[in-house]
Amino acid sequence: MEHYLNMFIKAVFVENAIFAFFLGMCSYLAVSKKIKTASGLGIAVIFVMVLTTPLNYIILEHLLKPGALAWVHPSLATVDLTFLAFILFISTIAGAVQLVEMVVEKFSPALYNSLGIFLPLITVNCSILGASLFMQEREYNFSETLVFSVGTGTGFFLAIVLMAAIRERLRYSNIPNPLQGLGIAMIITGLMAMAFLSFSGIQL
Amino acid sequence: MSVETATVPQEAKKEALFSKKNRRVLRDPLDDNNPITVQVLGICSALAVTVQVKPALIMAIGVTLVTAFSSLIVSLIRDSIPGRIRMIVQLVVVALLVTLVDQILKAYMFDVSKKLSVFVGLIITNCIVMGRLEAFAMSKKPWPSFLDGIGNGVGYGIILVVVAVIREVFGSGTLLGFKVVPQFLYDMGYVNNGMMMLPPMALFLIGIYIWIQRARNPKLFNVS
Repeated sequence: MEHYLNMFIKAVFVENAIFAFFLGMCSYLAVSKKIKTASGLGIAVIFVMVLTTPLNYIILEHLLKPGALAWVHPSLATVDLTFLAFILFISTIAGAVQLVEMVVEKFSPALYNSLGIFLPLITVNCSILGASLFMQEREYNFSETLVFSVGTGTGFFLAIVLMAAIRERLRYSNIPNPLQGLGIAMIITGLMAMAFLSFSGIQL
Repeated sequence: MSVETATVPQEAKKEALFSKKNRRVLRDPLDDNNPITVQVLGICSALAVTVQVKPALIMAIGVTLVTAFSSLIVSLIRDSIPGRIRMIVQLVVVALLVTLVDQILKAYMFDVSKKLSVFVGLIITNCIVMGRLEAFAMSKKPWPSFLDGIGNGVGYGIILVVVAVIREVFGSGTLLGFKVVPQFLYDMGYVNNGMMMLPPMALFLIGIYIWIQRARNPKLFNVS
């Protein structure tokens, strides 16, 4: 249990998707102008991440790994399809997002109105694919994958809401003209990343 | 994503390969319409691979190749892609090219491939590739799309290499692995700036780059 809690804390604070790996920076910078839209995107990211990373784990474990196809036929035990991982991972993500969009539109129009516009954006959010690729590289098992995806999603949510809160305040401050907008957003993200560096080395 | 200033003629019957307008398509993304600092695309991977120059260079070449050829392919098949599923079709084309790049890197430059780790795979979701496909290649002819891809890839590469050179020279005193800070400076008490090796520094450097670029070119104020 402690191991999983540790992993969660690590994914949220120590190895925050945005501040340590810069994953999902594009949507982070584009959608962090208002707290309300930012938290909408954050929740949608958590949702899609928790859905797709375990799905990709199952695909990797039962279709792609060397010898994973042995359950189909014993003669396939030597087949190694890991080079197909990129194409299958991104297809899973794109397909899952499309599916979620349709299901949500059908059953909960209220939720669709608040999350719907973000769903297409999420397909190309680097942090979703990044979580799947880290899962593959670090060889997590299923429950670790689940905890890791919840943690990474929460880290993204935290980062984007914090940034939106700062940018709402920033509108009233006097910033040099050429630095307005993107420039100051970059520098503030840098300062926040420095603050998050102080979490490094924390172990429960 | 819709900061599109370059216009390409549709009537190009006998247009030279490097006509004035095609040259603009190629040149604009290098400065005035730079994918990172003006269009705000593809920042994700730009920052993580810039601790040293060599991975940054390889990454820039990889992204340029993927952007150029995916623009070319998508532009060639643009009339037969159904609108509703165009994103998935584009992603599959991009993923195919990225898989090729990844396998080539693994075969010939294993150490660099290890260093770049997941960031090669993340070229797939690099917003530059998707952004240019949506904004340019889906509606333009193959040759200008190819040039647009190369221009944006190189524009991305310039930022990557500038940041990487600063970080490597000041962070570890080397350039492409060769020592450039002379020994007598260390003897006099010069110390490498460890801050340069940490992730936040990449953000500061890009912020400062944007500041300088916009100060020189006031028409870029308040682009985003």
